[in-house]
Amino acid sequence: MKQFPQQWQGFEPGTWVKEINVRSFIKHNYTPYDGDASFLEGPTEDTVTLWQQILDLFRLEREAGGVLDMDTKIISTITSHAPGYIDRPRERIVGLQTDKPLKRALMPYGGIRMAERACKDHGYTLDPSVKEFFTVHRKTHNAGVFDTYTPEMRACRSSHIITGLPDAYGRGRIIGDYRRVALYGVDRLIEDKMEQKATTRSAMYSEVIRDREELAEQIRALTQLKEMALSYGFDISAPAKDTLEAIQWLYFGYLAAVKEQNGAAMSLGRTSTFLDIYARRDLENGVYTEKQIQEMVDHFIMKLRLVKFARTPEYDALFSGDPQWVTESIGGVAIDGRHMVTKMSYRYLHTLSNLGAAPEPNMTVLWSTRLPENFKRYCAKMSIETSSVQYENDDLMRFTHGDDYAIACCVSSMRLGKEMQFFGARANLAKCLLYAINGGVDEISGEQVGPEFRPITSEYLDYDEVVHKYDKMMEWLAGVYVNTLNIIHYMHDKYCYEKLQMALHDKDVTRWFATGIAGLSVVADSLSAIKYARVKVLRNENGLAVDYQVEGDFPKFGNDDDRVDTLAHDVVHRFMEHIRKYHTYRKGIPTTSILTITSNVVYGKNTGATPDGRKQGEAFAPGANPMHRRDTHGAVASLASVSKLPFKDAQDGISNTFSIIPGALGKEDRIFAGDIEVNFDCAQGGCCTPTLFEALDEENQS
Amino acid sequence: MEGLIHSRESFGTVDGPGIRYVLFLQGCPLRCLYCHNPDTWQTGVGERVTPSQLMAEFDHNRAFYKKGGITVSGGEPLLQAEFVTELFQAAKKKGVHTCLDTSAAPYSPENGASAAQIETLLQYTDLVLLDVKHMEEDAHRRLTGASNRRVLAFARLLEQKKIPVWIRHVVIPGYTDDSESLQALGHFAGSLRNLQALDVIPYHTLGVEKYRQMGLAYPLEGVAPLTAAQMAHAKAVLLAAAREARQKLR
Repeated sequence: MKQFPQQWQGFEPGTWVKEINVRSFIKHNYTPYDGDASFLEGPTEDTVTLWQQILDLFRLEREAGGVLDMDTKIISTITSHAPGYIDRPRERIVGLQTDKPLKRALMPYGGIRMAERACKDHGYTLDPSVKEFFTVHRKTHNAGVFDTYTPEMRACRSSHIITGLPDAYGRGRIIGDYRRVALYGVDRLIEDKMEQKATTRSAMYSEVIRDREELAEQIRALTQLKEMALSYGFDISAPAKDTLEAIQWLYFGYLAAVKEQNGAAMSLGRTSTFLDIYARRDLENGVYTEKQIQEMVDHFIMKLRLVKFARTPEYDALFSGDPQWVTESIGGVAIDGRHMVTKMSYRYLHTLSNLGAAPEPNMTVLWSTRLPENFKRYCAKMSIETSSVQYENDDLMRFTHGDDYAIACCVSSMRLGKEMQFFGARANLAKCLLYAINGGVDEISGEQVGPEFRPITSEYLDYDEVVHKYDKMMEWLAGVYVNTLNIIHYMHDKYCYEKLQMALHDKDVTRWFATGIAGLSVVADSLSAIKYARVKVLRNENGLAVDYQVEGDFPKFGNDDDRVDTLAHDVVHRFMEHIRKYHTYRKGIPTTSILTITSNVVYGKNTGATPDGRKQGEAFAPGANPMHRRDTHGAVASLASVSKLPFKDAQDGISNTFSIIPGALGKEDRIFAGDIEVNFDCAQGGCCTPTLFEALDEENQS
Repeated sequence: MEGLIHSRESFGTVDGPGIRYVLFLQGCPLRCLYCHNPDTWQTGVGERVTPSQLMAEFDHNRAFYKKGGITVSGGEPLLQAEFVTELFQAAKKKGVHTCLDTSAAPYSPENGASAAQIETLLQYTDLVLLDVKHMEEDAHRRLTGASNRRVLAFARLLEQKKIPVWIRHVVIPGYTDDSESLQALGHFAGSLRNLQALDVIPYHTLGVEKYRQMGLAYPLEGVAPLTAAQMAHAKAVLLAAAREARQKLR
């Protein structure tokens, strides 16, 4: 057994001592918290001052047109920049991506053209020597992909039947287990990786060679991580000894990842309950006060709010803004039945009060019916006040992912340090339906993109014929799609490997092969229109179906109507069955997501009119949402429709987003929070004690 | 039996406690100047539904309604009292919380058969949201086209039957926002022993678009929505009066 270092005094030992196993550490040491939010502390003077300085920087950044400063010469690596500070004496947690706050780093490994354009579009010029280097001497991920794409893949890409492919930028969606840095210190992690490298198979198949090279890269990254921390004055070779160090060590791990990778989503993981173990020990031993601990958390969150990447306006259009997806997963329930809410869960959410609402980090509550009532109420309150909390169904995900998973990006769940994802954009299933009708000819360009199947020639669409042809077309699309992704991820591993993030994973990682679907409700409604109403095809002079006339009414997805909800279910299931037929890179396990939260607008723009009556260019509904204005039964019915989609086929996540004005969520926020002016028990029981006036008096006093 | 509904809202959060399945029944005898749902006025039209069909819809998503229940609103639900009774009976059999959102306009103590039907309905009603539009008879007639006598009689009936009630009231600039009217309403509400809440709703203009679509003239053209400050004032006056009445009860 490994020795029990000084920094671990007071911790309950377990498997985690013998092996790298953060989950075991948490399981043996965390304390669920059932109390309310009254222990929370407000911001300190340093927090207020520091945050004001950052707000000023954000303002300057906006005034400068979105980017304050940009590196055009220094290629970002873990150790590329000298330490950066905002106001050193006030900062409890330190570390910036470059030497200055909000100065965007140069990351050309995903693709030099994207890096160049990001500079140019913001008024900067990429240093010519960097451009030359990455054009002539060092290949990028993007260059590798385009060397190997087939003409068919290129055609699918330009016609937007497959969109948003991570072939020119960092794929992201990988979460390093940054907690390992704090718990074990970097030396132990290096030692572990050395051992992994020493025990690979000895016959040099190409997979073994790749494993050995990747492990070497990981070890190098860990060494650089130590070096970077040292430049800030911290030796993180040993485990963190208290809360401050634990947060700082963990943040250094995350910082190294965002210095190295400009990924589409750079999520943080599930850190709050882990850190609570340190905070609790420090509070018990009188090392820190609650005020000090909240201050550290506030400063940590500030740093996460400062994470930025150099991106192009097209990228921002696809993702509706400039998101980093610094997702932090909070709460959930453990396999042993205890909920995992701790005081630190509250402290994280409380930063929304201390610093004000913000979209990043993306605070995500892993919701379970078994979360403590106090916490549920607190979440509801914070949601009403800040609109900045995301919720995901832990009861559903725990079943497949256990109790130490986190959300990457917005909904993709993966076990920390054990699973990673090959992010794969989306297939446009609505366009695929049009290809089925037009025999593979694109309805907008008129080009033959898909296989030259026989088109539908009848005046009115016949349901059985459409479904049959659609299935064939989906099979084709699934094939091109999976193979395109195979190329992308092969090249990303080769030219833009996430060495630091993968260093914070086990050796044998499960890889999810994440595909995605766009336009589900358009397809479901179209099929429903064809089945339950009559759909007349309007063709142009070349005989191409370009518009549709719906005669009669039909059931629409989002109204809890099985007639159409079943159609949506079947489309998802069939598409996944097709996806599963194809070989996936590195034994990736196929899954899919239905979660175009922002890009639905772009997908719709590039898709012709559809048989549900949607016009050419009209936006799709986001994710698995019903089409705009077609759900007439309210949110519960809409959620009920979505809940019928097969999660086992779409394990990467299903979204149904809707916004609500606070006034529509109950009379007073206290009523919605269940904390009442009106006594509900009374209402239920039929007695009539007037409780209104006392409650209102209280309100008047406060 | 069948009922005629205008629409349903599966995620109702403002018509009773918790998340509720809200049914808007078709048909209303009143023509309130500020009505924001003129499309529910006409009787004899709408979607035909049965209580068992609605209960099946409710049951299907019952998990959402654990702390809520079913609310029947309108239109005016008492125009279809028999249908609502059947629905509420079915709901109570399954332990579902029932709530009636009414203006009480069809309630007539003199009409024995109709009153008896409504009294039967109340046996299966856990909570009534009673919309009191004005305490003064003439003003009530101007505002709604009908007398308020039935509304007040219904309120006393509920008190006598000890059925919990929330009094709802819309505050309209120039019509119901004067202190005198508000005080009168507050005194009345506070005098009801079964009162659980006062739900004060600021006048808004969200209904204007519907009038335009239906080709109707909007009666309150030019009346601005109630401001937050006016609303705070109205609430304070109402509550003060209600508390005063409460003191007298003790």
